Amino acid sequence: MSDFVSGFWNIYVVGIVLVSVIGCGVFLWTQSSAKHVEGETTGHVWDGDLQEFSNPLPSWWRWLFYITIVFSLFYLAMYPGLGTYQGQFGWSSTGQYDGEMKKADDQYGPIYKKFQSQDIMTVAANSEAKEMGQRLFLTYCSQCHGSDAKGARGFPNLTDNDWLFGGTPAQIKESIQKGRDAMMPAKGVKPDLNGDQIKDLASYVKSLSGLASDSIRAQRGKELFGPACSACHGPDGKGMVGVAPNLADKTWLYSSSEDVIIETITKGRVNRMPAFGEFLGDAKVHLLTAYVYGLGGGMKEAPAPAAAPAAAPAEAAPAEKK
Amino acid sequence: MQSQATYNYKVVRQFAVMTVIWGIVGMLVGVIIAAQLVWPELNVHEFLSYGRLRPLHTNAVIFAFGGCALFATSYFAVQRTSHVPLFAPALAAFTFWGWQLIIVLAALSLPLGFTSGKEYAELEWPIDILITLVWVSYAVVFFGTIVKRTVSHIYVANWFFGGFILTVAVLHLVNSAAVPVFAAGILTPKSYSAYAGVQDAMIQWWYGHNAVGFFLTAGFLGMMYYFVPKQAGRPVYSYRLSVVHFWALIFTYMWAGPHHLHYTALPDWTQSVGMIFSLILLAPSWGGMINGIMTLSGAWHKLRDDPILKFMITSLSFYGMSTFEGPMMSIKTVNALSHYTDWTVGHVHSGALGWVAMISIGSIYYLLPRLFGKPEMHSKKLIEVHFWIATIGVVLYIASMWIAGVMQGLMWRATNVDGTLTYSFVESVKATYPFWTIRLLGGLLFLSGMFIMAYNMFLTMAGGKAVDAPVLAPAAAH
Repeated sequence: MSDFVSGFWNIYVVGIVLVSVIGCGVFLWTQSSAKHVEGETTGHVWDGDLQEFSNPLPSWWRWLFYITIVFSLFYLAMYPGLGTYQGQFGWSSTGQYDGEMKKADDQYGPIYKKFQSQDIMTVAANSEAKEMGQRLFLTYCSQCHGSDAKGARGFPNLTDNDWLFGGTPAQIKESIQKGRDAMMPAKGVKPDLNGDQIKDLASYVKSLSGLASDSIRAQRGKELFGPACSACHGPDGKGMVGVAPNLADKTWLYSSSEDVIIETITKGRVNRMPAFGEFLGDAKVHLLTAYVYGLGGGMKEAPAPAAAPAAAPAEAAPAEKK
Repeated sequence: MQSQATYNYKVVRQFAVMTVIWGIVGMLVGVIIAAQLVWPELNVHEFLSYGRLRPLHTNAVIFAFGGCALFATSYFAVQRTSHVPLFAPALAAFTFWGWQLIIVLAALSLPLGFTSGKEYAELEWPIDILITLVWVSYAVVFFGTIVKRTVSHIYVANWFFGGFILTVAVLHLVNSAAVPVFAAGILTPKSYSAYAGVQDAMIQWWYGHNAVGFFLTAGFLGMMYYFVPKQAGRPVYSYRLSVVHFWALIFTYMWAGPHHLHYTALPDWTQSVGMIFSLILLAPSWGGMINGIMTLSGAWHKLRDDPILKFMITSLSFYGMSTFEGPMMSIKTVNALSHYTDWTVGHVHSGALGWVAMISIGSIYYLLPRLFGKPEMHSKKLIEVHFWIATIGVVLYIASMWIAGVMQGLMWRATNVDGTLTYSFVESVKATYPFWTIRLLGGLLFLSGMFIMAYNMFLTMAGGKAVDAPVLAPAAAH
């Protein structure tokens, strides 16, 4: 057992625990035999009238005390408690966890295995799989993406057909399994942008999706967009799957307000979806993939797989998932 | 020898009045956060958000309300049972003003977001140092008075008060050990714990559980041992029982902390040791209840028309109930269900409202007329009303939290045939709303009782004047 850095601590713990438990019993026993005169006081008086009767310990109370001590000694014999001694039952919390996990795997494993061999479209169409997928989603995904999977500010909507990292079965599965990291650098790739220029850029970004904006500023912003943003968001602002969001559609991950766009450009954005592959295992990830795919926005598998999202390390961002 | 010397009632008066004031403040904050759970939109500003107000509530009720009650009653009891005025009156005055300053600093710094992140010890290091100074002064005044006493024996209430004062000093010093942050060459009020990882967790709960054991149990048992026999006019039931349960209580409480960390990274052996000592703690805890309740045997009729005694006996019943519930909840299999649920919140409040608050309220009602030169409180009827409102409030509070807690525990562990969870977390939150509403009602009732008490107190004070009773000569030695 690695709880102790040397053998001394084992002896120390065993000694002090046993002496303390047994000591309680010995103390109680010695105190029980003291002389008492029931109904008489000890003879001491404080503050005019405070006195104490010399009554003995109630015997039911003494027995209650003894029973807890005896039970404790029995417990220490059966369960870990006395230093490195594991107890007669050989119980440990990790052992209990492993046992319960194994039992669960044996019991539930086949239910999930059944779907693992089917392709995502088939699973997505299966009503039993959909129910199971929803329960998994509510347990593991709804905290960020919402019970209805429609997301929240900073957390993508999974029910539309706008995908930051791709909506094909393989891409969805990869997102769940490995997680996703996204980072938009502050001021794009042009760190010398000043506040006024950022405002111009924000106006231009708004104009890309047809939102009202200052047209003179937007015009100036357009010229800045090329050098500052197009490396990731593309010359027309339509983005690239796995690299940078489309800025020319109606979807906004943070907000379409000018203030928030300015904040995004000024400070950049860092966002992350945690990896669930190791935690949930392949079978559950498969089921979840099918569930998310079936939420409405799933895309057919492309003939050639889309470029891996890690392809452009310097940019990538679901900042404005626009 | 009826000397001209008088007891120092001034500091007792100050603490007694502030007990009622801080009780209202602390419980009001409790009612606000209970309402925030029912109506989350009440989190109107970060300073008034649940996360900031919750530690303010716990600090205010434990250390401001409970602390002032303990200062008032221990200063009153120790000088009367030692038959001498308080030792070092200037230091006693410092404990009053110092403690009030600490409370005000807590009420400002916690909503502003200053916290060490340690439960029931959230205050940052500059305030911790001030607490240490006040507490050491408290110990000097208390033990100095004991040393000066003119009776040979030390009355049982003083053992409990003394044990509480000493242990809280040790707990505070060890748990609050922290390294302040230097930023840009400036010492900031921010600090980090001197301990790390699971050891920090263990120190925290060694502190946390003993804060319950010594601040909220031993201290208030001291109060009980003075005011229950006084109000009942009967001798304490058993001297022997008080000796045995005192030593057993203070010894076993020290071990019980790990039951707050069942099924965590804490080693299995530590969890087991914490659990068995929590079980052994049952009898020592009950010793106090038996001694208190049995003190009334032969005088049960007094309960009929004495509302102060009603407060005291009801508090002992809640004490017995929560000290049975505590060991039961420390059993690992029970804890697996109860931990992290509202059951724990219910358990804490059956102790905090049922035991701590009620014994304090009873004792303060005993004190106030004596401190202000009146034969009794302005209105006995209002004490009676306060008693019933408070009792109904506690019962509503703990019953709703029991049901909510067991329901949450069962919902969180329910699984479907495919092994997935039957309920998402938010479904358990939704299911708890009705019980949070009942709890809010219970809390409101309890708070209303405190307002009645304040009204009664101010009318008692208005018609009276501050008096200091003459020091009583000890009874002839036997």
